[in-house]
Amino acid sequence: MKKTLLGLLAFTLMSGAAFAADVKPAIIYDLGGKFDKSFNEGAFNGAEKFKTETGTAYREFEIANDAQREQVLRRFAGDGNSPIVMAGFNWAAALEKVSAEYPDTKFAIIDMVVEKPNVKSIVFKEQEGSYLVGVLAGMASKSKTVSFIGGMDIPLIHKFACGYVGGAKSTGKDVKVLEAYTGTTPEAWNDPVKGGEIAKSQFDQGSDVVYHAAGGTGVGVLQAAADAGKLGIGVDSNQNGLQPGKVLTSMLKRVDVAVYNAFKTAADGKFETGISNLGLKEDGVGYAVDDNNKALLTPEMTAAVEKAKADIIAGTVQVHDYMSDESCAY
Amino acid sequence: MDFFLSLVAILESTIRLSVPLLFAALAGLFTERAGVFDIGLEGKMLGAAFAAGAVAAVTGSVWLGLAAGILVSVALSLVHGYAAITQRGSQIVSGVAINFIVAGATVILGEAWFRQGGRTPALSGSARFQTIDLPFADALRGVPIIGPIYSELLSGHFLLTYLAFAMVPLTWWVLYRTRFGLRLRAVGENPGAVDTAGISVVWMRYRAVICCGILTGFAGAYLSLAMTAGFVKGMTAGKGYIALAALIFAKWRPVNVMFACLLFGFLDALSIRLQGNPLPLIGQVPVQFMQALPYLLTVILLAGFIGKAIPPKAGGVPYVKER
Repeated sequence: MKKTLLGLLAFTLMSGAAFAADVKPAIIYDLGGKFDKSFNEGAFNGAEKFKTETGTAYREFEIANDAQREQVLRRFAGDGNSPIVMAGFNWAAALEKVSAEYPDTKFAIIDMVVEKPNVKSIVFKEQEGSYLVGVLAGMASKSKTVSFIGGMDIPLIHKFACGYVGGAKSTGKDVKVLEAYTGTTPEAWNDPVKGGEIAKSQFDQGSDVVYHAAGGTGVGVLQAAADAGKLGIGVDSNQNGLQPGKVLTSMLKRVDVAVYNAFKTAADGKFETGISNLGLKEDGVGYAVDDNNKALLTPEMTAAVEKAKADIIAGTVQVHDYMSDESCAY
Repeated sequence: MDFFLSLVAILESTIRLSVPLLFAALAGLFTERAGVFDIGLEGKMLGAAFAAGAVAAVTGSVWLGLAAGILVSVALSLVHGYAAITQRGSQIVSGVAINFIVAGATVILGEAWFRQGGRTPALSGSARFQTIDLPFADALRGVPIIGPIYSELLSGHFLLTYLAFAMVPLTWWVLYRTRFGLRLRAVGENPGAVDTAGISVVWMRYRAVICCGILTGFAGAYLSLAMTAGFVKGMTAGKGYIALAALIFAKWRPVNVMFACLLFGFLDALSIRLQGNPLPLIGQVPVQFMQALPYLLTVILLAGFIGKAIPPKAGGVPYVKER
């Protein structure tokens, strides 16, 4: 018995090693670029973690324009890379096409659902994380007016906004939430000047906490908040350090964990296709606390946000998902 | 009173948003009046914003940053000048080339130097422009009507903001009241005549191009050192093209340029302010409509209300001394 067990163990170890040697993971970032201090950087961090832990190198690419999507995807798949992880919903169209051409290659896409047999779709319950930072914003606001700045005006970003509104309003019915979007084109992710200007306009209208889900534009939003002596809230990665002491918290979206898990499961031969929807329960979203913002969070705020978190995980509080009906119920 | 305060806030935002347009449009005014079309305003602004952000981040001095911005912008202008004036190449092609080169080069250099994805490190303290309070701004704040107008609208802007508006009468004076200005305009209308008078057309045009470089340098530095704190890739976001539109809109006249830029800035500020706020009588206006409004108005105004915009006669044509 012992011998068989040992043999089994040795076999699994060997096969594990064999799989690890075979895996040629690749990651492709979206237009923001891998050091955007936000979404893509999260993906990069996950890939780096995998590399330092397993010693397996990965291949990466930063696209410069939309036309490159299909090209790079086909190139990577043709070179035998698998799994190929794509960061960003914009990859969906290219992936639908290429995944059918390479049925043996494993793909993973973040932020979008692509229903193909060899594709893993990783989506997040951003509304849950946004709800938590909404609770913090509502409690931190002295004027009882908080605001949201989105990048491109698309349903995914409304999902952030809706959760935030829900969280802020849960702290008091009289809390007012202002909402604005930078634009309707991809440039809206990279316009810090306009982001700052929208923030100033919202401060003029009484807001004193601003949450952004706007990529590079958000750098301008957080800067404007710090300049005006108001509070900002970061998104995707931990942005508390961008303006220490002026960023209330950051809504964490664990893109790094998603990428790491995709690579790791593939290396272990346990890569699963299908949809995985990561929320608070799965630790896919959350809020950031570190030395930069510790002083801003009062014990009452921490207690309230932890309670909200527990309620959401337990299911007693349901955060509305904007994508389910394209409207915000709050 | 509430409406009045909102209006002041919108106008204040208008001023902030107009400044880069104003610098860039006045820059375009100088070269185009001298007969060199410049579609590369966008690229020069972006290059200046990057140089200013990078140098200010490294040295911690806003003035060195500004100087670097102007230097890079002038250098790019001279490249455009060399291609368009000396080599008599297509002015449009050279301008577009500058836009592309700068859009790529800023990201590559930024990535190589700072490893932050083409961004420059965030600036603080003496590395960026601080707002200036005009005298008595605090004392007058409580006074009705005049108080908000003076302390909110006119006071508390950046040095470059005041400089931008001061450049308008200065540009007018240079163009219409100095010998240099007369020759500059003549070189854009009839370079042959200027040449006959014994004045070098080439040198005249080069000087116009350098003026353009200095002004786009201010525009770029304003973006990365005043409006925000650091360079972000592609941060001009089409402002160079809007400035060109404003220039045409204003029929290549300095004071008109200021009003055109203020109008575009106002529409931008209005679209920001009206997002999520229902209008009286009309109700909630879709965001997309508000954001398209500046462009719609431009088309409508250009089509019907301001009449024909006639460019300088020799604009876009390289000067050949002898045929």
